[in-house]
Amino acid sequence: MLQLYGTALRSRLLLGSARYPSPAVLTEAVRAARAEVVTVALRRESGGERAGQGFWSIIRELGVRVLPNTAGCHSVKEAVTTAHMAREVFGTPWIKLEVIGEDDTLQPDVFGLTEAAGILCAEGFEVFPYTTEDLVVAERLLAAGCRVLMPWGAPIGSGRGLNNLFGLTALRAHFPDVPLIIDAGIGVPSHAARALELGFDAVLINTAVAQARDPPRMAAAFAQAVEAGRAARLAGPIEPRDLATPSTPVIGTAFRG
Amino acid sequence: MRILVNGAWRETVAAELSTVLDELGYGEAVVTTAVNGEFVAAGVRPRTRLAEGDRVEVLAPMQGG
Repeated sequence: MLQLYGTALRSRLLLGSARYPSPAVLTEAVRAARAEVVTVALRRESGGERAGQGFWSIIRELGVRVLPNTAGCHSVKEAVTTAHMAREVFGTPWIKLEVIGEDDTLQPDVFGLTEAAGILCAEGFEVFPYTTEDLVVAERLLAAGCRVLMPWGAPIGSGRGLNNLFGLTALRAHFPDVPLIIDAGIGVPSHAARALELGFDAVLINTAVAQARDPPRMAAAFAQAVEAGRAARLAGPIEPRDLATPSTPVIGTAFRG
Repeated sequence: MRILVNGAWRETVAAELSTVLDELGYGEAVVTTAVNGEFVAAGVRPRTRLAEGDRVEVLAPMQGG
């Protein structure tokens, strides 16, 4: 089973809760994904509309574990304050730490990220940092106290899959015992299967499910892909080769000699 | 006194953050607050006195990825 900060999880598919066509579709998608962890956020609430209250009751009814994020934060200060606010509202020490450094790619500001991670880990948060595949940054995040890393596959919402296979493979090999969750950029279930085949522990998907024509069906497809990818990893994939090797035994072939 | 609540100016006679939240209709809603960029825990709101021009953030659970 997947272990994240001492919590055992059967599902290796974490699901985002944003951009679904309706709350009912979100609920169906979470169930179809068999997700045990759903990401959530904080936004300004109007005293008149109270839009967040309905959303929160839907999430609570699902009975899932929530992973609050600091999405939209561009500075250490904003991210740390948002984490404090999230801990109060959601009642969990888990925080998906995002410090955005660049608006076109939503690339993490890894300098701010490591600083914020250090502050929050020291305060008892269990930090899930949204990071790149950079090995040195990963080392710094672990030194800061993080026990899970969330490298990107590709820019958030881009659907491009695993952009830097070499870098991600190196990250996996370099930190064999750290739970690594591919977060962002996955577009189709085959990307998720590939991530699990490469040895990543889990994937976090949002846009690829929420914006699909049929989100619950896509959620189910991702669940199958993640299970297949994990099973393949445990089964030990063969190494690619440049030349053909016959799969049918050649000894005893008719019409030869 | 004028304070900035979630980016909009509001006129209030209340001095404490908890009273301002009541005035604005939050009631028993699940929200979390910050004043001038600093987190203010729920238990501290009744003794958090606001001043002219303070920036108050009132946040609630929302969809996120």
